[in-house]
Amino acid sequence: MPVGKVWVYAEAEEGLVTSVTTELLTKAREVGETVEAVASVADADALAPQVGEFGAATLYSVDPGDALSGVVGGAALVQLVEEHQPDLVLFAQSYDGRDALSRVSARLDRPVLTNGASVDVDGDTVKVGTAIFGGNTIVEATFDGPKPYLAAIRPKSFAAEPSGGGAAEVVKVEGVDTGRAGEAKVLERHVEEREGPKLEDAEVVVSGGRGLGGAEHYEPLVEELAKLLKGASGASRAIVDAGWVPYAKQVGQTGKTVKPKVYIAIGISGATQHMVGMKGSDNIIAINKDGEAPIFGIADLGVVGDAHKVVPKLIDALKAKS
Amino acid sequence: MNIAVCVKQIPDPAVPGELDSETKTLKREGKLILDDSDAYGVEMALQLADKAGGGDVTLVSMVPNDEVSGLRTALAMGAAKAVLVSDPALAGSDSLGTAKVIAKAVERVGDIDLVLTATESTDGYTGTIPGQVAELLGWPSLTFAKHVEVGDGKVSIQRQTEAGFDEVEASLPAVVSVTAGVVEPRYPSFKGIMAAKNKPVDQVKADDLGLGADQVGWAGARQQIVSVAAAPEREAGEKIEDEGDAHERIVAFLEQLKVV
Repeated sequence: MPVGKVWVYAEAEEGLVTSVTTELLTKAREVGETVEAVASVADADALAPQVGEFGAATLYSVDPGDALSGVVGGAALVQLVEEHQPDLVLFAQSYDGRDALSRVSARLDRPVLTNGASVDVDGDTVKVGTAIFGGNTIVEATFDGPKPYLAAIRPKSFAAEPSGGGAAEVVKVEGVDTGRAGEAKVLERHVEEREGPKLEDAEVVVSGGRGLGGAEHYEPLVEELAKLLKGASGASRAIVDAGWVPYAKQVGQTGKTVKPKVYIAIGISGATQHMVGMKGSDNIIAINKDGEAPIFGIADLGVVGDAHKVVPKLIDALKAKS
Repeated sequence: MNIAVCVKQIPDPAVPGELDSETKTLKREGKLILDDSDAYGVEMALQLADKAGGGDVTLVSMVPNDEVSGLRTALAMGAAKAVLVSDPALAGSDSLGTAKVIAKAVERVGDIDLVLTATESTDGYTGTIPGQVAELLGWPSLTFAKHVEVGDGKVSIQRQTEAGFDEVEASLPAVVSVTAGVVEPRYPSFKGIMAAKNKPVDQVKADDLGLGADQVGWAGARQQIVSVAAAPEREAGEKIEDEGDAHERIVAFLEQLKVV
């Protein structure tokens, strides 16, 4: 039996609905009777058909102006909850999703279940499953206490399927009270050029770890191979912590979850922290010097060898083919 | 400028974790260490206080069994003092319960200009505490910072985004969460380690913070763990030793998958 009203906190990047938003809307249709979206975007009319296509009947939207999108979106959502009384609100475990969720949770005094990989509903009971210990164990938890229930879901947890619905009806939210939180202003946006697909949407992901030996080897080995395979480059936590590459590239428990067709791990031993973010890949190739590395326990093709020898030859061979 | 840094003491991530068979929560009874993620906040706070020409860096930590070993690491790095909240009444607290404790502890320190946190802890990793603490304090939150500067009563950061980064600014007091790898945490010196032993640690209970049993701990968490199950295992495939031609095997595999 479904719950009554499910809201999805919708996000867009450069005017396009994010893939995780469409995944959450698809799940919301499965578990809820009414599906609506809440967003904090400049152009609600552009987003309305995109969320409507995945089943949102209504899009409540606030314009964040130059304030932080998630902070304003969270405050708007709080304002809307009283009037519309949703049963369940799904957020993406993303940068802005977490900004919004944390504000809503504290303001409404509601607990959160985060890092969700599954959502199941039975009557009034909503159950969220989370993978822990490197994805070896699944823990399921339910909410007690008053609604709305608040959950953050990791991207790639569900497949997105369009409902064929028309544009959502746009309801603009005005006069949102953010308090001092609204004082945080975005002065300037820097867009770093990215060749190829986004990490979470890529068919091929090539990630590097400490076995690369130094930050200077990331570009010629990892990025070059990713480029040749029209994929995206990722990283283990170890080299993000070491400052070699930015946090946005981190694959793993405290980073991103990826499920590409092919995942290539170079110089990554396979700490549980990393495995939880990539073990759902269709095919895994691992290159590591240490034959005992845990990554070989989940690799479809494991190469025990020196990445500095294997990868340049692989790059040359692929170049020769293209 | 006075800075509070949230630090979590966690079981060593290198040791496989375990769930308590009764409460189904992570076992945290043994020796705890400073979460690596928090070392960046501590280092950042020390650098910012130094640049501002003074002020105290105070650690705020909530932990079972009055554990202080991880706290001593951060004190040895150079933090001046700590507030340690430890109380059996807090067992089972969820992220909102924890945020309530941290917000009250920050208020107890008093006269704080900036609260620094990691983006998420290594063991619990909900990633919601920075925003929850900020909302409870009524302050702005600037999250996922990879660069932080403070001056003229303002804090400005470079905020990590999917596309690059945003420059974000707010007036103080504010909460800032920092991503890993943004500064290089210093190693505690011998002198620092010795000095840390005598630095003040204010040990407080939930009552001292004015938090009742309905707001924190099991009752405050308002959630039930209903099942714990093994995930489907992934089988290992072929493993080969590189003898100078392993790249050919990889190319063949990629061709088979029609990736090339």
